[in-house]
Amino acid sequence: MTSALSITRSVAPPRAAFLDFPLGHTTGKKNQPEAQKNLLLSALGAFDELQKPGDIKFLGERWSDDESWRINPMAKKERGSETSNADFRTPRLDTPQYQNAADQEEAERQHRNGGCGTCVGAE
Amino acid sequence: MTDSDLAQPVDYIAETRKTYDALGYPPYKWVRSTGEPPWSPVQVELKDASISLLASGGIYQRGQRAFHFKDDASYRVIDTSVSCDELRVTHFAYDVTDARADPNVVFPLETLRALVSDGVVGAITPQAFTFMGGIYSARKVREELAPALVERVADQRPDIALLVPV
Repeated sequence: MTSALSITRSVAPPRAAFLDFPLGHTTGKKNQPEAQKNLLLSALGAFDELQKPGDIKFLGERWSDDESWRINPMAKKERGSETSNADFRTPRLDTPQYQNAADQEEAERQHRNGGCGTCVGAE
Repeated sequence: MTDSDLAQPVDYIAETRKTYDALGYPPYKWVRSTGEPPWSPVQVELKDASISLLASGGIYQRGQRAFHFKDDASYRVIDTSVSCDELRVTHFAYDVTDARADPNVVFPLETLRALVSDGVVGAITPQAFTFMGGIYSARKVREELAPALVERVADQRPDIALLVPV
């Protein structure tokens, strides 16, 4: 599944299903399990429907009636603001970037005596 | 930008080039595949198919090491019976706010489990695999990360590999 059509066309996987949603929502909107299920089922239908290498199925669902999310699509609106267009990309730091401090403590505790076998290439 | 432009899918290649130009960086070199993509027909119906999930959105499980943001070519093995409450998301190149609230928007594990429970999909393989996108070295991906993931996925013996990039 993809929400970046030009990149997918460039990479050219055998099959793809394109969902025209903002980056970070490749498989649907948050907290909408039924809608997510329908989208995934439609995407998986591509395995039956697409018969030519490189074909892309368009899932057809729209993010919203308001198309303004396509303007400055790599920007993040700050909480409570509708206007900020700051680039949301963060510096390319070379240390693990945990979602929260507790995760880091837990990971360090679990790796104290060696690798866990599931963090391949990062032990 | 006109209304008809707005109805078109965002061209992220063009957008990234624009951002890099503005920052004074050399142009980003996108992978461009040549030749016809490989093709393997699916041999079973979806209701009998086993699916392996791979995702590039920087998902890790609580207790695992988080990804870093500089050409991280490592990957995480995720037990597909894990509770979604145990999943975490970190990434430098997209807004992770919604993915942290509901990882299924970039890693549809609970969604797949629901389809299995409905009898629409046969099974999920015991392990899923996650990694970071945005690795500058296409060679590193092509020669190291991708072959390692292919081997791991093949070990799961799925009928279908579902890739979810961000």
